[in-house]
Amino acid sequence: MSFSTTLTVNGVSRTLALDDPRVTLLDLLRERLDLTGSKKGCDRGQCGACTVLVDGRRINSCLALAISHDGADILTIEGVAHGEQLHPVQAAFIAHDGLQCGFCTPGQIMSAIGLIQEGQTGHDPERVREGMSGNLCRCGAYSGITAAVLEAQLSFEETERKQVA
Amino acid sequence: MSEFTPPKAPAHIRQGSSIGQPLTRRDGFLKVTGAARYAADNHPAGMLYAVIAHSSIACGRVSFLDVDAARGHPGVVDIMTPQHKPELAMDPDAKLHPFMFRMDLLQNDRVRYATQPIAVVIAETLEAATEGALLLAPRYEIETAAVGLDGAESFVPPGVGAGNPAAASKGDVQAGLAGASLRIEATYETPSQYHNAMEPHAIVVAWHGDTLSIDMPTQGLVMTQSRIAAMFGIPPEDVHIRSPFLGGGFGSKGLAAGPQILGVMAARMTGRPIKLVLRREQMYGPVGHRAATRQTLRLGADGEGSLTAIDHHAKTTSSTFDDFFEPAADVSHTMYASPAIATSHEAVRVNTGTPLFMRAPGEATGSIALESAIDEMAQACGMDPLAFRLKNYAEVEPISGKPFSSKALRQCYAQGAERFGWATRKLEPRQMRDEDGMLVGWGVGTATFPALMFQGQARAVLRADGSGVMETGAHDMGQGAWTALAQIAADGLGLEIDQVEFRSGTSDLPDAGIAGGSAHTATAGIAIHGAGADVIAKLADLATGDERSPLFGAGNTGVLARAGRLFRRDDESRSETYGDILVRAGLAEIEGRGSSAPDPAALSAYAMHAHGAVFAEVKVDPDLGQIRVTRLIGAFAAGTIINPHLVRSQYYGGMIWGMSFALHEHAIIDPRSGRVMNPNLGEYHIPVNADVPSIEAILVEERDPYVNALGIKGVGEIGVTGSAGAIANAVWHATGVRVRHFPITLDRLIERR
Amino acid sequence: MNRFDYIRPATVSEAVAAASVPGSAYLAAGTNLIDLMKGGVVRPERLVDVSHLPGLDGIEHFPDGGLRIGALVRNADLAHDADFAARFPAVAEALLSGASPQLRNAATVGGNLLQRTRCAYFYDVASACNKRTPGAGCDARGGQTRLQAVLGWSEACIATHPSDFCVPLVALDAIVEIEGRSGRRDVPLESFYRLPGDTPERESVLEAGELILAVRLPGTAAAFAGHARYLKVRDRTSYAFAIVSAAAALQIESGRILQARLALGGVALKPWRTRAAEDSMAGEITGPDTFRRAADIALADAQPSGDNAFKIELARRIVVRALSQAAVGTPKRMPALPASPFAAVSGAITYV
Repeated sequence: MSFSTTLTVNGVSRTLALDDPRVTLLDLLRERLDLTGSKKGCDRGQCGACTVLVDGRRINSCLALAISHDGADILTIEGVAHGEQLHPVQAAFIAHDGLQCGFCTPGQIMSAIGLIQEGQTGHDPERVREGMSGNLCRCGAYSGITAAVLEAQLSFEETERKQVA
Repeated sequence: MSEFTPPKAPAHIRQGSSIGQPLTRRDGFLKVTGAARYAADNHPAGMLYAVIAHSSIACGRVSFLDVDAARGHPGVVDIMTPQHKPELAMDPDAKLHPFMFRMDLLQNDRVRYATQPIAVVIAETLEAATEGALLLAPRYEIETAAVGLDGAESFVPPGVGAGNPAAASKGDVQAGLAGASLRIEATYETPSQYHNAMEPHAIVVAWHGDTLSIDMPTQGLVMTQSRIAAMFGIPPEDVHIRSPFLGGGFGSKGLAAGPQILGVMAARMTGRPIKLVLRREQMYGPVGHRAATRQTLRLGADGEGSLTAIDHHAKTTSSTFDDFFEPAADVSHTMYASPAIATSHEAVRVNTGTPLFMRAPGEATGSIALESAIDEMAQACGMDPLAFRLKNYAEVEPISGKPFSSKALRQCYAQGAERFGWATRKLEPRQMRDEDGMLVGWGVGTATFPALMFQGQARAVLRADGSGVMETGAHDMGQGAWTALAQIAADGLGLEIDQVEFRSGTSDLPDAGIAGGSAHTATAGIAIHGAGADVIAKLADLATGDERSPLFGAGNTGVLARAGRLFRRDDESRSETYGDILVRAGLAEIEGRGSSAPDPAALSAYAMHAHGAVFAEVKVDPDLGQIRVTRLIGAFAAGTIINPHLVRSQYYGGMIWGMSFALHEHAIIDPRSGRVMNPNLGEYHIPVNADVPSIEAILVEERDPYVNALGIKGVGEIGVTGSAGAIANAVWHATGVRVRHFPITLDRLIERR
Repeated sequence: MNRFDYIRPATVSEAVAAASVPGSAYLAAGTNLIDLMKGGVVRPERLVDVSHLPGLDGIEHFPDGGLRIGALVRNADLAHDADFAARFPAVAEALLSGASPQLRNAATVGGNLLQRTRCAYFYDVASACNKRTPGAGCDARGGQTRLQAVLGWSEACIATHPSDFCVPLVALDAIVEIEGRSGRRDVPLESFYRLPGDTPERESVLEAGELILAVRLPGTAAAFAGHARYLKVRDRTSYAFAIVSAAAALQIESGRILQARLALGGVALKPWRTRAAEDSMAGEITGPDTFRRAADIALADAQPSGDNAFKIELARRIVVRALSQAAVGTPKRMPALPASPFAAVSGAITYV
């Protein structure tokens, strides 16, 4: 049995013939679409390394069946930068050293982008920490991550102000 | 004291400008865009997926595997079992040296720990291989498992850690205790902990005839290469390993792990490339852990608060089939001055995977106990814990009497205490509350870690176009080797960092030693430094011996290498570019070699350690017992700092590991089955972002002329030590409850009231 | 994960018909189900994907202050619905204290109600578990019991219910709307769950094929909005299941309690509402004495199921604290660390 599924991945619409309904969104990206930026740290929704945006919302792609997301719009870490031009969150992660081994980093960045879009944190570091607590980092880069998210958020707001003005 | 003179700078020196600069990570772009390729991101054509089936019992034998059921699953290609597997050239149970650990490669049907691999299912898809492994539904003949610190007869191990004696002493501890005016005796327990790097152990492997092409994360390319070669009876140079990025290692990826070898076997058996990635729950057995300990400390002090004796005894666990013994008591060799010190170890063999080096092995387990005991003694003496530590400051290494090669611990205490505001601390516990009524406690811990260096090599090239190449098979598991080593390379070559092509992370490059023991920057860095000096010296010989060069005749006074030019040392107006020198000599490039090795004379003359002081503030809910570390400040002196930006991150990481040790992580083991019951990241807690509201690291200036030519001591592990004890001591100061069982969880605070 | 048939019905009745076949399971976000399937804990033969069913993802507000939450509303959307959070702040706080932001973005209201226990012996398929295999025994007994139940447990099962969301829901008289082959029915959430007894495999009153359509909160529950809190104690600051939690809601007039609501999480196989404790507070003055008495009543029947007696004392204390916080008043803004003891919102919360 084959299941036809249409997904938009990083702006490109793809129609896929899935031979197996068990394929998770994460395994689809990693093993079948060569989008290996999203990482598998636990495969059980407990580490956040697989975080992607689905229809603009951050979720754990390891617990999402691809077939169930027919029609979804998916943004992965590969779709965030414009060529050499990094997304402000990516640039801020480098500037604040919000990474060490880098394995959790794609998930952290997608989570941070989702968090900023959710608009719930203000400039409160405590809310950012709580909002980023679904992404484990064994290296312990948390303080850099928090600083990066706060800075990236400011730069977004700056951009928005300029656009309004 | 033996004859020793510090290493001299080479005749031709580079005026450094990259070392010490806070550069951002050079691999940052790749990592933030998802373009950094970790082992499991590879996918050679024709690749199959291999998934391990593991034992759920801890002791016994596998009596049945439903191979037919697994084989019947669509997409399953083959199943590797003890009866059906490729031959190995070497017994997986052979142990030719202490760093060769026995592996479980389906050599028989015996089970010696839970999570031991018992079969490998190979399939066209990951889904099929995963379900195939489940369908094997093993049956067992179960034997009673030995579990925990009291699970078997104890014995004195032949050695601990990396070959330290199991017992050491100086002075008369019994007399020191007997003569003390104050004595304390306390027993502390630390649990089994698992490395849990975010990246599970993985391998993508293809055989090309009798050569191997491998992508796998490793902290030790050359050791791993030779281990794999020996297992399959091929020359090491026919094993090509790429490990450009590790998703964390922490000691668990130092040596080839059994599951990775199983991947190579699966590729041999099927004749196709294989990807094998451990599932998270499979990382609680065959890839090492930090063993549990039970440590008893007996301290004596005189009426002035000076220690008269330190007796540190540690009991630990190892596996039933191999040797690794957590050297927990050895930290007492180096920390506090005492006329009498004794350390000793005992061990039991239980049904667990073999323990292994895990970030600060021995130092982490030992120092949380020692730092707690020191605080208990300070309290007994009625002294401030920091004052007590200063009172017992070790001016020479206590166990050996050797001078320290350098030790800026006093400055660490002073700068950390100043920044923290320690002076206003109340001596008695349970005296401080915040505006919300939370109990507040402040604690201090001393950090220490040996300054090690292993053997390494590097190759340097200068090219006629003015650029340079530096090659060494180093490993970046997050510590920033790609950046820090390139900085050393740039200085060594007298070039700007962007003119240097830094090649690293594969087994085909010169051996950079193992990334462990906090020694990698020193080991690879000194080799790089030497290779740079060697190639610059060759270049200088070309120039100074050539009468067409403005540097002709400068051989006696030497030259300086800077910004791609050589300058006469005594007259910097006379200089020449590297390119001009090479072009005139008709050379496209020139090559140099460097190596590093510990200096036996320096080792025998000096005790070499990094030091630090960590100050912790915790808040504890007075009724509910929930704990939060609201401030953590560490001040560390670790010799030359190559890149303060990255070193700070290393300290943060270590300090958060200390927090995790004190408050969070532990394997919950069922005493009946010997299974880890929380083999996942949901219930095996490590700190989340919200657990780390405030963390600071102070980089205390320290110059060490003896450790190595660059004065590098290493920063990767020291942060764990000190931090764990500081937090434990802060919890006591907040609550008045001394918890000696780690991690400190709220039930232990609730019950005591 | 086992192989299964995947069915995506277009209507509720199609879904119910499809899921009435033995061996079926509903799939919504899958945040719990896929996890369980990956562990081999459950092995359904067919998944009936209800995540695309129309009409189940809305929040309807009623004039009396009550509301109806579609079963497919995502946890995060509900928590961040300003009207909802204003009327049912303790429910919003509980939602935001659960799991992680990613999981809350995916997980649905209906799925949250049906999430399975986190008992390690339930998850570990090599252990005996009466829930997984009726009659197999319970390896949790005599095993690692720190987090197990202290109320309502049986020899057959000592597991706890993991939900945060359901704790204030039970306290506030939430109703579950269910559709099955024999039509639609309403069940109070409190009686939706079953205690383990001798049949721990039967966790709720749902019959085969029955589908949760919505959860309703009555208008009367909104009357507690000014004094409603959720408090959760856990082993790390965030992203951890409750050791013990409590939802407390009060109606106060001139310092006197008109009505109280109290439920505990992490103590039993269902969210544990304690009406006797609630009744004990009616007419009393807010304060430690009243709250301590209520806590003693709430835990009067508690028994350790192993090495977990501390949970009983902890539960008493959390009841007192949650009631005290509720008495002070609901903060105007969601705390930075929802439901955490460390959630102090400057000026808004003081401890009694």
